[in-house]
Amino acid sequence: ATGAYPKRVKVVEVGPRDGLQNEKNLVPTPVKINLINMLSETGLQVIEATSFVSPKWVPQMADHTEVLQGITKCPGISYPVLTPNLRGFQAAVAAGAKEVSIFGAASELFTQKNINCSIEESLERFEEVMRAAREASIPVRGYVSCVLGCPYEGKISAAKVAEVSKKMYSMGCYEISLGDTIGVGTPGSMRDMLAVVMGEVPVGALAVHCHDTYGQALANILVALQMGVSVVDASVAGLGGCPYAQGASGNVATEDLVYMLNGLGIHTGVDLQKLMDTGTFICNALNRKTNSKVSQASCRL
Amino acid sequence: QEPQASGLPEYIKIVEVGPRDGLQNEKVIVPTEIKIELINQLSKAGLPAIEVTSFVSSKWVPQMADHKEVMRGIERHPGVQYPVLTPNLQGFHSAIAAGATEVSVFGAASESFSKMNINCSIEESIERFEEVTKSARNMNIPVRGYVSCALGCPYEGNVVPDKVAEVSKRLYSMGCYEISLGDTIGVGTPGSMKKMLEAVMKEIPLSALAVHCHDTYGQALANILTAMQMGVAVVDSSVAGLGGCPYARGATGNVATEDVIYMLNGLGINTGVNLCAVMEAGNFICTALNKKTNSKVAQASFSAGTI
Repeated sequence: ATGAYPKRVKVVEVGPRDGLQNEKNLVPTPVKINLINMLSETGLQVIEATSFVSPKWVPQMADHTEVLQGITKCPGISYPVLTPNLRGFQAAVAAGAKEVSIFGAASELFTQKNINCSIEESLERFEEVMRAAREASIPVRGYVSCVLGCPYEGKISAAKVAEVSKKMYSMGCYEISLGDTIGVGTPGSMRDMLAVVMGEVPVGALAVHCHDTYGQALANILVALQMGVSVVDASVAGLGGCPYAQGASGNVATEDLVYMLNGLGIHTGVDLQKLMDTGTFICNALNRKTNSKVSQASCRL
Repeated sequence: QEPQASGLPEYIKIVEVGPRDGLQNEKVIVPTEIKIELINQLSKAGLPAIEVTSFVSSKWVPQMADHKEVMRGIERHPGVQYPVLTPNLQGFHSAIAAGATEVSVFGAASESFSKMNINCSIEESIERFEEVTKSARNMNIPVRGYVSCALGCPYEGNVVPDKVAEVSKRLYSMGCYEISLGDTIGVGTPGSMKKMLEAVMKEIPLSALAVHCHDTYGQALANILTAMQMGVAVVDSSVAGLGGCPYARGATGNVATEDVIYMLNGLGINTGVNLCAVMEAGNFICTALNKKTNSKVAQASFSAGTI
């Protein structure tokens, strides 16, 4: 009934970008750089460093060039950056980026509200990025938001998720990260959605990006693993609230994820203690408490 | 959603432990009327079983000093069970005199935990419980057995699954109708949950098993899901995630009933429980305790303005 689990899971750390982007306090550049450098020492293989968007929209990421140029780039570790369009892509490459990410969505309304265009128009923008990336031999990761629910549309059909995922995969994204943007998913909806998406995109190219807004993240990730997904996004200390439910939590905490994977005997290569120390560092810098239960418990036992 | 298609039970019985296990581990002493009102609200929410109080000496557990008044003061809704803790024969008699119709006894899979918690060995505790179950049998009172430290012990560390199975079997054989397996310090993960259940299921029928997961390391829902995938159909939880962890100060303890129900609803599994009503009860007790809820569902729902 429980099925076999993958032997290894690749953990994609999104704290420095997705996490910090959703934190109120603006973090100084040296702190961001130190955060990423500390994460580089934990064994994580992928660390999303920053976002090449206009600082008008995302002030937290205004220092994208300095951050990307300031971090120690460890061999064997990938530091993808977000590039919403061709201009951002070019700026990223000029700043030394070797991998980029693009963000699609399975909801028309969400796309309209988030990036002011339709899903179709967003895909056309991405095509430009894909073409340039192909020429520069830069790998591109695709994200699909709202895969288990949308703050505006509510229910999202698995078929729509599969359609958008397939388009992005066909365009050349090497991996598609399926995001439960508002954390409303449960193991049932996760299973149903993955079953349909796996009909269009090979499971080896799939990742899950679960939010813990309703406490469901680890259970949802467990089901994804049971279905063969072996790439999981998470954020150190559970950085990043939910912009759609003020005060509620957002990203699942990397520490809690690694704790579960360790307990399942699944290899991640991540040193949990070093990860917790990194979480402590950034929480002190942000003057906030961690969202990681493992971290909370470990400090006092 | 079709739970049967995914191998999950169609119905899960939720055992609400907030008023006892939850409040017992809260610092603030809660007035009797508040306890009674909480339990009444929980009864109205559709919960099939609500652990009301504990007939222990008030010297040990001051929070439960008003056990008689609470037992006598609550509304008894038809079809709802109201078990109470009875650590020994004296507590049992006291509970019956106060009107209890179901009791619970608490064993442990760790010798050190047993010694530190109730000052005797596992064997001695079993003897005490046998006195209770014998009396209970004579009076047709059902007894629920708990096994603490099922996935780890704050003193001994690792706990061997066979030990959990052994203690569970002793409790079941003496007449406990259900054995609730407790991850007392929340260290379990789906891997250790599976191994432990495999061992216990060799000795106890599935229908007599329950899981009591703590969320201290954020693993509770994943562990509960694993247990359900193996056929367990009774889950303990605590409204608003009441009750911290006495072994890791500041850390969380019980899994929040709201978060469990949210997951079960999403899976199409029947519980008979109204999530909104539980959230309101959670809001009520958190206000009384002057604390924030530990339930993520409650946090999100209040923030998104859906309450």
